[in-house]
Amino acid sequence: MLRRRLKTGFNALLPVFLLLLLLLVFLKYGPLGVFKASVPPIEEVFIQKVTFSPDHIVVDVINDGPEPVTIAQILVNEVFWQFHMAPSQTLNPLERGRIDISYPWVEGDVERITLVSRNGVTFETEVNVATVTPTFNFLYFKSFMLLGVYVGVIPVLLGLMWFPFLVTLRGKGYAFLLALTVGLLVFLGFDALSESFNLLKDVPESFNGVGIIVIGLLLAILSLSAVSYKTQHQRREKGEHYQALVWGYLIALGIGLHNLGEGLAIGSAYAIGEIALGSTLVIGFMIHNVTEGVAIVAPLTRTYKHINRFLFHLIMMGLLAGAPTILGTLIGGFAYSAAIAVLFLSIGAGAIFDVSFDILNHMAKGKWLEIFTVTNALGFLSGLLIMYVTGFLVVG
Amino acid sequence: MEFLTTWNFNNLPPDERQKFYKESTLPDGRTLREYWFHALDKEIEIAPGVFFPAWTYNGQVPAPTIRATEGDLIRIHFQNLGTKPHTMHFHGFHPIEMDGALPHQFVYPGETFVYEFDAEPFGVHLFHCHSVPISQHISKGLYGAYIVDPKHDTRPKPDKELIMVMNGFDTNFDEANEFYAVNTAAFYYAKNPIKVKVGELIRIYLINILEFDQINSFHLHAQFFYEYQTGTSLKPDFYTDITVMGQGERSILDIRFKFSGKIMFHAHKTEFAEQGWMGFFEVHE
Ligand SMILES: [Cu+2]
Repeated sequence: MLRRRLKTGFNALLPVFLLLLLLLVFLKYGPLGVFKASVPPIEEVFIQKVTFSPDHIVVDVINDGPEPVTIAQILVNEVFWQFHMAPSQTLNPLERGRIDISYPWVEGDVERITLVSRNGVTFETEVNVATVTPTFNFLYFKSFMLLGVYVGVIPVLLGLMWFPFLVTLRGKGYAFLLALTVGLLVFLGFDALSESFNLLKDVPESFNGVGIIVIGLLLAILSLSAVSYKTQHQRREKGEHYQALVWGYLIALGIGLHNLGEGLAIGSAYAIGEIALGSTLVIGFMIHNVTEGVAIVAPLTRTYKHINRFLFHLIMMGLLAGAPTILGTLIGGFAYSAAIAVLFLSIGAGAIFDVSFDILNHMAKGKWLEIFTVTNALGFLSGLLIMYVTGFLVVG
Repeated sequence: MEFLTTWNFNNLPPDERQKFYKESTLPDGRTLREYWFHALDKEIEIAPGVFFPAWTYNGQVPAPTIRATEGDLIRIHFQNLGTKPHTMHFHGFHPIEMDGALPHQFVYPGETFVYEFDAEPFGVHLFHCHSVPISQHISKGLYGAYIVDPKHDTRPKPDKELIMVMNGFDTNFDEANEFYAVNTAAFYYAKNPIKVKVGELIRIYLINILEFDQINSFHLHAQFFYEYQTGTSLKPDFYTDITVMGQGERSILDIRFKFSGKIMFHAHKTEFAEQGWMGFFEVHE
């Protein structure tokens, strides 16, 4: 018995051991010179963030390449300028640095910052509208909180208030509503996914943004599916009420994660002056997000007839879906990281896709072809269209 | 930087100088000036902490200055130790075989060529590589000053002579310069002002070899200068405080400082000035 175990262990470890050996031999005798040929050094510096304070510009960078990089000179709007860099002007791979430039920048102007490496390679970034970066103080805390409440919490709760009306729908009407919900969700899922792909350009290459998306998306789908498989039996026992509640919460969770990502994007764009968050834009987000409330409440209308019975649950769902926007704007405004935004957006997309599939599965009841009724198709397309049209309001 | 006041390798000790420059008298009484030049790939520092993979003549940018008197015979033994075909193309009179501009005149890596011609006309000229693509061979650093003094000079005698080659560097190879300078090092004369005296005659041999943004200029603060365009006349053409030059244009500027103090000079294209082409004269009583 023991011998057999030893043998199994040996078999499992042998390839690992051989790989290590091979690596050692390769490092010592291998043709590494091929890779180190006389090509110019590959220098990659990723500019993560530019922040403004009176007469100061601070640039956060990370060495995104395989070789150390030395920042030798800095140009602001094509003019060489004095700067201080911490911890040092030379960054090892994946090391972060902070560059402080004493520069009399002008509010509202375009400021272009160019880093010049020891070998004359340039790394450039442009801030379209320079404005003082908020520091963490109560005023900004309050405005970001409010922003989150307006954009996330209120619209979702408003959407939930359609419940009494939706309850009156029967038969085809109900089927239409469910299909519409799936349409809303699928649109939202793709929206989150495309948003996360858009953000990839802000993620240092070495972080492998696509990897983050794949992992986030599948993490959400697989873990939600596994949980629902595991609890399948239990749910069936507890009946339709319970099933509907679980859906409601799952949709709320998916939308919440999506809104967290959205909040991160809004907060950061606002903080670095990339968008002027005018009232029209906020209104646009509000209308757009009302539809999210509809999506949450739709599956519940069949089993819950009276809102007062589960008002508590509804409010919780509303908060679950909307409140993350607050968190998102706060994080985005004060400690933005594109990589984290990408992660949350892709998890959100995964959750949304998973729950859409669940609803479809429920509608199909095992007969998948019968799902393609005219009512369902129209409902689904209406869902997509509603999202598309309200999306215009956000372009602002 | 030694370049400012160096010609014919006069910065080197005599035995060292012999390797690059020899002066002798020809049977007909003329002076023969012989030079040993080579092309070489070399990394040079063009601004504090910024290095550029240059193509150089004799390991420096600009190349060592060649200076002769009108009528001398110039002979240059040129060897290409670089990795691309190069030439030496002179502005001035020369037989067309000595032009260094046509493909069959390219000197390939490892090869040598001897350029020979009379020094004329007098003036401030230049030489540069004329291999293709020319913009690349120039922007990589293959150029230098070529001065021919008049045989019968009636101009006032200068107390100090300075060679200024206006150039620039495209460090990220996007066909636009990141750095501009006089004599290669950005802001060098801003940090190390050129020391001169009130009232003495300063003669500047000014050459523009800027590639990409080819229109350059020289502007002096608080003072005017006499300008001899291309240096080919013994009478000044202008009395001014600014001169504008296209690529390859050059002038002799005569300055007598009226006041002491730190006097700025720079390209009056402020973008160039702010990216390195700016300096000071430190004028003493
Ligand atoms: Cu050349």
